[in-house]
Amino acid sequence: MAKATYETHEHDVIVIGAGGAGLRAAIEAAAQGVSVGLICKSLLGKAHTVMAEGGIAAAMGNVWPEDNWQVHFRDTMRGGKMLNNWRMAQLHAQEAPDRVLELERWGALFDRTKEGLISQRDFGGHRYARLAHVGDRTGLEMIRTLQYHGIHQGIDVYMECNIQRLVKDGDRVCGAVGYWRKNGEMVVFKAKAVVLATGGIGRAWKVTSNSWEYTGDGHSLALWAGADLIDMEFVQFHPTGMVWPPSVRGILVTESVRGDGGTLKNNKGEQFMFNYIPEFFKAETADNIEEAERWYADKKNNRRTPNLLPRDEVARAINSEIKAGRGSPHGGVFLDICTRRTADYIMKRLPSMYHQFKELAGVDITKEPMEVGPTQHYVMGGVRVDPDSTAGTVPGLFAAGEVAGGMHGSNRLGGNSLSDLLVFGRRAGLGAALYAKNFGGQLVVDSGQVEAIVREALEPFDRAGGENPYAIQADLQETMQSLVGLIRTEAELKEAIKKIEVLKQRAGKVRVEGGRVYNAGWHTALDLRSLLTVAECSAAAALERKESRGGHTRDDHPYTDDTWGKVNVVLRLRDGRVQVSREPLPEMPAELKALFQERK
Amino acid sequence: MPAFTMRVFRGNPGGGALRDYKVDADEGMVVLDVIHRLQATQAPDLACRWNCKAGKCGSCSAEIDGKPRLMCMTRMDIFEPGATVTVTPIRTFPIIRDLVTDVSYNYVKARQVPPLRLKPPDADGKYRMMQEDVERAQEFHKCIECFLCQDVCHVIRDHEEHKPAFSGPRFFIKVAGLDMHPLDTIDRSEFVRAQAGIGLCNITKCCTEVCPEHIHITDNGIIPMKERMADNFDPIVWLLRKFRGGRPEPA
Repeated sequence: MAKATYETHEHDVIVIGAGGAGLRAAIEAAAQGVSVGLICKSLLGKAHTVMAEGGIAAAMGNVWPEDNWQVHFRDTMRGGKMLNNWRMAQLHAQEAPDRVLELERWGALFDRTKEGLISQRDFGGHRYARLAHVGDRTGLEMIRTLQYHGIHQGIDVYMECNIQRLVKDGDRVCGAVGYWRKNGEMVVFKAKAVVLATGGIGRAWKVTSNSWEYTGDGHSLALWAGADLIDMEFVQFHPTGMVWPPSVRGILVTESVRGDGGTLKNNKGEQFMFNYIPEFFKAETADNIEEAERWYADKKNNRRTPNLLPRDEVARAINSEIKAGRGSPHGGVFLDICTRRTADYIMKRLPSMYHQFKELAGVDITKEPMEVGPTQHYVMGGVRVDPDSTAGTVPGLFAAGEVAGGMHGSNRLGGNSLSDLLVFGRRAGLGAALYAKNFGGQLVVDSGQVEAIVREALEPFDRAGGENPYAIQADLQETMQSLVGLIRTEAELKEAIKKIEVLKQRAGKVRVEGGRVYNAGWHTALDLRSLLTVAECSAAAALERKESRGGHTRDDHPYTDDTWGKVNVVLRLRDGRVQVSREPLPEMPAELKALFQERK
Repeated sequence: MPAFTMRVFRGNPGGGALRDYKVDADEGMVVLDVIHRLQATQAPDLACRWNCKAGKCGSCSAEIDGKPRLMCMTRMDIFEPGATVTVTPIRTFPIIRDLVTDVSYNYVKARQVPPLRLKPPDADGKYRMMQEDVERAQEFHKCIECFLCQDVCHVIRDHEEHKPAFSGPRFFIKVAGLDMHPLDTIDRSEFVRAQAGIGLCNITKCCTEVCPEHIHITDNGIIPMKERMADNFDPIVWLLRKFRGGRPEPA
């Protein structure tokens, strides 16, 4: 039988994903003089980065001259409960200011200080006001800037192209196979290096701030290609998502609301965060309302408000208040900014939040408090990478942004995501380009592998009877929401793993109707494979880690355990099964350790 | 839980028709929620674009009862219970399938816009700009590229022949944003005249009316640009500029 031929594109480097990390990686690789293909599931400029609100964390010292990379590094490590890859956290803190200035050079218009420099705002877990921002739509500014800079750099952009699998030549990654959404035809990309920049896994949960694109594609592509994942138990539930009306449950309410003066209150009107200050942050957090109030005006002589503790702490506190019956009418708590700030201030600093609540919930945030509750927002875990080059554990594979693991440890600080995208996006583009340049051999894309991928992708059209892909996705979201949520237990995690196994069986029987042209049912059916993979990884890692830390809280192991503070949970695919192991964290050098002893 | 009749365009470049579906809507639902419910229960292969469902990405543009809107920001409770709600694709661009259109025109136009070139930074390597100066340009940076302004612009909508030399309101405000950047050095007037075709716009303000970000496309973007064009061809202004010397370098 004659072999089918597929549309094929060849590049030195392909980048999968065109959010902040992917765009920055593609720009850097192109600057190194290699041929670059940038592949995105959506139209260019629509990636999840567009939804980022608060800002880019970078110790530029424009507002607080005392700020520097060491302080940012320390905040990041402490926010991650010391489980971060120290070298990633160091590079991130050192390079973020240059990356922000570079965005400015490419046209980003940040809000300014009185002196005309880039203004910086307060955020949870950051010692100094540090987030470069544009109102509450910083992500939009970032993606537009990278997009309009990127289109003039000689990068080939492949829009609405959904990658299904990576292909390998021996041990090396040598390309990827996907389909075009617009016509359902399959397409092959041959490349010396592949950069994953696919973002997160939020669509496995029911209540999430994530867009449809966050189906864990890159995590799964890497795992299936033999690469290691780390830290998949650490899932960030952002403390403040919308809770009402039901159809908007989960949509993000930016941390900037609290950064700019908003306070959390229960149904008795109490600022409950004062009751939830953990030992770890006691020394730097105000323990009474009077001091916290003074802090807004005089930051030198007062400790920070507990409303700006790291996200994991705030999310758990909100969860406890709701469980104790002190929640708001629609099952959240109150977030109040109108008491402290004028309508003018709110409209200027938080225009999207005003708009969002006004139009979707009929709530005027300049006059009344918001109702908010935790929403799945981010996964700290991801592809295990070399900090300097972002290389994965399989040759030819690189990863940057949310799909990469290690940078944020067990909990990410707000604002550290956009800076992560820029710092490691650039490093991924550089690492992949240098790898491609230095690779002298010949790569062959094996047609047998391509055929198998195509066959698997088209199977759902030919099955008789069978399952509805939307129903399986909804069931998975229910499972993860109820059993692998903010608070976990061994029994529930085991039940989740069993249920995921059943869902995998059902996904094998999924059937789609209609043709291959822009068929949403087919796309959903194919997304199930990666969603189920990341759900299984997250549940398995959560079962393994028998302690509570950052974005992983075990009701049956409620304390943080130093032994667990020395290991990552590593996941890899062996003989078709996800294998779980514990491996030691890289040891931080003495001069960096000293940063944690100096100031308590 | 009122049931609505969703009258949705189903079809492809070869043709299509409006099809009626009865769908329940829960409290607070938006049109996009109902379309998703339709996909999950009755029309699994229904094609529609969406990403963020929060009015930030500009993917789910459609015409709802003939009005260009974002599906994710159009609440069902603006319609009478039991009403028929018609959802059709944005009409200006070629149909791919159902509610999805080929918007590649906009990406071609995007590449034609002469990019920014900044003045050198201050001696300490930093750029300084005042808040009130950046705010003027920031208004145009709010654009989410939903292309509703492009959809409703009759120069594009009704005149296929204008497409090669007209870039539409989205790119007029793109240019306005670049021109108003306090540190930009490029003169885009020839581009705006010849390639973007600003002369074809006769200021009907349809674009401004449909902008979900409430950008003053016409008043703050297009009209000042048209005035500058007029100035450029005014011999007195030209002479004055000659005497004063210096104008930005052409793109």
